[in-house]
Amino acid sequence: MTTFEAILLTIVTASTPLLIAALGELVTERSGVLNLGVEGMMAMGAACSFAAAVTFDSTLIGVMAGMMAGALMAALFALVVLGFAANQVGSGLALTIFGLGLSGLIGAPFVGARRDPVPPVDIPGLSDIPFIGRLFFEQDLFVYSSVALTILIALYLTRTRSGLTLRSIGENHTSANALGLPVLRVRFVAILFGGACAGLAGAYLALVYTRFWSPGMTAGRGWIALALVVFAAWRPGWLLIGAYIFGAATVLQLHAQAAQFGVPSQVLSAVPYLATILALLLLSLRHGRAVGAPGSLGAPFVPDR
Amino acid sequence: MKADVSSSGPPLVELKGISKRYGDLLANDGIDLSIEPGEIHALLGENGAGKSTLVKILYGVIEPSAGEIRWEGRPVAIGSPVEARALGLGMVFQHFSLFDELTVAENIAVALSGEWNLATVRGKLGEISRTYGLALDADRAVWTLSAGERQRIEIVRCLLQNPRLLILDEPTSVLTPQEAEHLFATLDKLSADGCSILYISHKLEEVRRLCRRATILRAGRVVGTIDPRASTAREIAALMVGSEVGEIRTDAPHVPHGEILRVDHLDMPPAGLHGQALKDVNLVVRAGEVVGIAGVAGNGQSELFAALSGERLAERADAITIAGRACGTTGIDARRRLAAAFVPEERLGHAAAPTHRLSENTLISHAATEVSRSGFILLSAAKRLARTIIKSFDVRTPEGDPQARKLSGGNLQKFVIGREIIRKPKLLVVDQPTWGVDAGAARLIRQALVDLARDGSAVVVVSQDLDELFEVADQMAVIHQGSLSPLKPIGEWTKEAVGLEMLGVAQAQGGAHAV
Repeated sequence: MTTFEAILLTIVTASTPLLIAALGELVTERSGVLNLGVEGMMAMGAACSFAAAVTFDSTLIGVMAGMMAGALMAALFALVVLGFAANQVGSGLALTIFGLGLSGLIGAPFVGARRDPVPPVDIPGLSDIPFIGRLFFEQDLFVYSSVALTILIALYLTRTRSGLTLRSIGENHTSANALGLPVLRVRFVAILFGGACAGLAGAYLALVYTRFWSPGMTAGRGWIALALVVFAAWRPGWLLIGAYIFGAATVLQLHAQAAQFGVPSQVLSAVPYLATILALLLLSLRHGRAVGAPGSLGAPFVPDR
Repeated sequence: MKADVSSSGPPLVELKGISKRYGDLLANDGIDLSIEPGEIHALLGENGAGKSTLVKILYGVIEPSAGEIRWEGRPVAIGSPVEARALGLGMVFQHFSLFDELTVAENIAVALSGEWNLATVRGKLGEISRTYGLALDADRAVWTLSAGERQRIEIVRCLLQNPRLLILDEPTSVLTPQEAEHLFATLDKLSADGCSILYISHKLEEVRRLCRRATILRAGRVVGTIDPRASTAREIAALMVGSEVGEIRTDAPHVPHGEILRVDHLDMPPAGLHGQALKDVNLVVRAGEVVGIAGVAGNGQSELFAALSGERLAERADAITIAGRACGTTGIDARRRLAAAFVPEERLGHAAAPTHRLSENTLISHAATEVSRSGFILLSAAKRLARTIIKSFDVRTPEGDPQARKLSGGNLQKFVIGREIIRKPKLLVVDQPTWGVDAGAARLIRQALVDLARDGSAVVVVSQDLDELFEVADQMAVIHQGSLSPLKPIGEWTKEAVGLEMLGVAQAQGGAHAV
């Protein structure tokens, strides 16, 4: 494997957790709920998945535990913002702080433990294609799943009845309610889905990316995922592009720092953020009419009965 | 009492003793109503009379506190709109229940029960469109459509469910006269096909055009069921309002003098995604006259208001001249110092801060003048001012100095208009002065506007209510897609001519003649 190939491989691993977490948040937001707790749910996913994987010596159980933890955190959030119609911004921030704290407690006994790498799944035939074969078709299951998930969510939102219902509820919950669509039920499921995705992204960080647990290891990735959803104008396809641009810029600037170009490292650290903003800005400019947020995003829904 | 309705057997739907209580407020109080098959039945009443509450109960959106609904003679409980639709009810909402970012076909599909895919929805949409003359393009996004087209989506959406009873809530409030006539033709056809219609309105003329039975609500109660064609407008209005409605006095002759406002070749780009650009707007308003600006919602009224008030600045200073001063590029406070005053359309959140007290709300437009000094608020002066406004404009308040949000729409509107009139402005610009206001308050506001002009001020009234403009305006122009028609004395306008201008037809014809 050449150095160049190695760099490209790390780009894929850096992008995947962002993509998974952002996809979950995208679905939540398209239903009209802003969950700022992605970072906290991700941290809980990472801690619980690592704890479970070490305890039972099983990556599968670890992944399941991570997703469960994310979904449970999301259920708590749903109770507060749907059940009590609380402010979503405040509740989401509280969820992040809570998740970061609780994950430190759960993960504490596991600091210093290590997991073996998750074996890549090679797709026979395709992985023999020179250069791109190894890059695209000899990855772990998470990577394939994240791409598949992007396509499935895009199809779900545009091609299915339930996707149309979800978009309608996010666009205008008052109208949706008047038509008899189950606003709270759909939002509850969307929030849970977002939580499970964040948990899965956390599990990927702990079990594949670093293969150890340390407090605060999510390092702001939940926030990046949130920002990507906005920059991608709530479109799954653009999200994929955005996540990979961000991942690429992150990895490349690390190598640039190592190569010592004489550019201050702080400037290089800012490159991924600037590159992502720029790329997605160009995308939305090309598209002509700017795409707005879902109409009811962030607004609490109180049915008048 | 009972008008002739040709049917035997039980009525299609019967409401018995329906009540709905919100805290201390009885929105509906023991309402009885019955609708025969194929009948167009009107539900008449002022804003706040309880019409919307009643139909929401019928459509399963809200639960009644007491009472019974019978469908073809047997009692039913309508727990949700889905159940209502399954029963055979369809509803066209006053504020459309549409999704702006979705296409026409998606908007229709989302409300359908049973199996469907977008291709079959398109097919059915085409079929219904042809049968009832409701032209629609399935793949357009809703935000690109006019109000009339949006309403068609709502109607088609209902018709696809083969309803037995179609409920329309104030359907013509956003339509041009021609679009309204088109709607009436559709309703006549539906009624002939056996579909019952419950038509909610506060416009007598329409009700007389369409219905032979009308139930009149006032303050949550049924005050009568009549044949609208057999009663005079005055009798019906008296039932609706509860007392005789006075006419607006415009006795003093209209003698305009010096020019107060001049708008000269004003262009302005649209404010937002769904905004409308202003194109070469010209207007002269003189002291002593009320100038009306008619038009269907979304044709540049809010942009024109923002340009006149200085919320958005023009490119050239001389695009807008107030009292002889070019002020197109100066902001709202500078214009207020030239003795101009402005009342925007939105009462809560634009004209008044909802959680601030009325005295604090006087600061919004009086800050530059009398209730603050060197940056400090003169609280006692503000309170005094609020009391004066409350007294002179008959604002009914729950307490001495309440928060703006605690006032009813009509009372808050009297307050914000009074707040401006009390400054004795040389120029007053009002957007939708009586939108959603009860008849008593509307009359008081209109009278105040006319009186202000008679006392020598220039008044500009932007309104979608044509009857209102015909009542108060001395001269009128119509705004259509950001262009303003020439100003003409009110006596030279007919409703048909206004309607043509609203559609842009008159301009197109004028252009053709010029070529």
